Amino acid sequence: MSYTEATLQLLSPAGTIVESDASAEYLPLIEKLTDAELQEFHRVMVVTRAFDHEAANLQRQGQMGLWVPSVGQEAAQVGSGFAMRKQDHIFPSYREHAVAMIRGVDVLDIVRMLRGLTHGGWVAEDHNNFHIYTLVLGSQTLHATGYAMGIALDDKSGTGNVDTDEAVVVYFGDGATSQGDVSEALVFAASYQTPELFFLQNNQWAISVPVSRQSRTPLYLRPSGFGIPGIQIDGNDVLASYAASRKYLDEARTGQGPRFIEALTYRIGAHTSSDDPTKYRTDAELAHWVALDPIPRFEKYLRGRGESDAFFAELTAEAADFAADIRHRTLALGIPPTGKMFDHVYSEPHPVIDDQKAWLANYEASFAENGAAE
Amino acid sequence: MPMAKALNAGLRKAMQDDAKVLLLGEDIGPLGGVFRITEGLQAEFGDRRVMDTPLAESGIVGTAIGLAMRGYRPVCEIQFDGFVYPAFDQITSQLAKMTNRHEGTMPMPVVIRIPYGGHIGAVEHHQESPEAYFAHTAGLRSVSPSTPNDAYWMIQEAIQSNDPVVFFEPKSRYWPKGEVDLTASSAPLHSTRVVREGTEVTLLGHGAMVAVLLQAAEIAAQEGTSVEVLDLRSISPIDYGPILDSVRKTGRLVLSQEAPGFVSVGSEIAATVTERAFYSLEAPVLRVAGFDTPFPPAKLETIYLPDADRVLEAVDRSLAY
Repeated sequence: MSYTEATLQLLSPAGTIVESDASAEYLPLIEKLTDAELQEFHRVMVVTRAFDHEAANLQRQGQMGLWVPSVGQEAAQVGSGFAMRKQDHIFPSYREHAVAMIRGVDVLDIVRMLRGLTHGGWVAEDHNNFHIYTLVLGSQTLHATGYAMGIALDDKSGTGNVDTDEAVVVYFGDGATSQGDVSEALVFAASYQTPELFFLQNNQWAISVPVSRQSRTPLYLRPSGFGIPGIQIDGNDVLASYAASRKYLDEARTGQGPRFIEALTYRIGAHTSSDDPTKYRTDAELAHWVALDPIPRFEKYLRGRGESDAFFAELTAEAADFAADIRHRTLALGIPPTGKMFDHVYSEPHPVIDDQKAWLANYEASFAENGAAE
Repeated sequence: MPMAKALNAGLRKAMQDDAKVLLLGEDIGPLGGVFRITEGLQAEFGDRRVMDTPLAESGIVGTAIGLAMRGYRPVCEIQFDGFVYPAFDQITSQLAKMTNRHEGTMPMPVVIRIPYGGHIGAVEHHQESPEAYFAHTAGLRSVSPSTPNDAYWMIQEAIQSNDPVVFFEPKSRYWPKGEVDLTASSAPLHSTRVVREGTEVTLLGHGAMVAVLLQAAEIAAQEGTSVEVLDLRSISPIDYGPILDSVRKTGRLVLSQEAPGFVSVGSEIAATVTERAFYSLEAPVLRVAGFDTPFPPAKLETIYLPDADRVLEAVDRSLAY
């Protein structure tokens, strides 16, 4: 599945602005962006990719059980990530490393999860409302919708003030669209007119199953059946992702109801480090999408605007430093204390958990005593 | 008042006491729920706090999780026991594990009310007792009242809990009347209670079984056998103190439940009592349960469901050891 006439594109693969009837509505949002903001878009894409490559290497060296690459999807994530406002809540799936970076998550926390040290890793309220990853496909779309229902109940949306009205962004993928929970989330969102943006990254492959098996129609058409406006964008165009997300999210927050964006992108890497995409997709398809890589495209655009060689050189060095720092800190991570598995199973005391924690502590201590006696 | 009215009063009180308490479910608004448990509450509190939802159980529980993240205390109504399974992932993989996944920073004060059990002559999926699935899952609490008074207090205590509580309402006990003390709760949420004292055999059950056990105890008394009856009340965690005290006194324990016996709440209690009161037991712990079949068509339910005669048969077997 590739771009069609319906696909919103603001930046061509050659790195030039697309002037069209469709883009005219969105280009004013781009014109408002400062040079510093555009640099920041590029900076996060480049640093995230360096982080991603470093994490993949760490996995291959046995430092993580699993890695989930985001390579190729940086534009979809960075554009939507910078379109959010401070007060927004984000419910990611498990591949939104660039959005995590934007919202201030120390991405070492993602490494900690995939290294087997935690099931979560950070506190949303301390990280600009970026909630923890969800691994069951589509489950988080219902949590996001419930949260957005709560925002509406609190009367924190729909006043028309984009600087204070709150909204929710939920990320999910093409595979997840087949999950019942995603359909139920769209039903509830439409029923309660939630301040919510459904952001679908269609990366074309649900592990080995192509999007054609998930849907006979383009996925951006699906929300219309629920009464929710949807649009398809070029997901490798960071400007389209930013502008469409900004527009749709501000519509949602100001009381116009939920919105849906399908970002057409491509998972250049494997589904996870356990996957082997050479078994199910062709070299030609991969080459087609590598040629549409979002990062070189945006670099061409910035250079066309006169960005200096020094900026790109410094960024390359910064990304390498970032990756090296992740490597050093990953290697320094310890193992959680044994008792941690019992902590926080419940919020309130629970006799079974308390008994088992105490039993295990005694059991482990018994070995220590025996050792001392010898 | 009957348990149905007591639950209605308990929900009303909880909503009056805390503006964050919300009700979500199918047909719970103008209709008041198919069992009328929420009758009048939408008129009193409005449709923002008493929400008729789309017909999607996973959607109900999944959005309740999001509302709880936002600081609300949602109370979900699942219309019938057999309709809870579409929500199974959201209950067991999401709701139950959310606090743990968040390392204690995310309480999950969600109550899931499930009318459960047989004796109402209904069609398939409307008479089941699925409590073992939820008792097996770490992170959930499960309770079941047997009387109107317990229903009134336990629903309020469940709503006050910062952990998710699956609240099993024995639908065959919705309409018999009982005294309700509106001034004070008589027992903590997670406590087993002695409801009839005796010396020779202990009977233990929950929900609608408690009335059957009391009936069996009365018949046994007429036949000269002194039977103690315990109301489990809390399915998870189980309050073993009163159970072990009773077994140490009588030396004999008969467990009863409507649910199938295989890998059930009764199995768990039998194993634990055997571990913790082995030298007090004069007979093996016996279980009287639903058969390990699908719940049968309604005309056979009186054969499937344990009644006083089947309980007394087990009492006789226990005493024969």
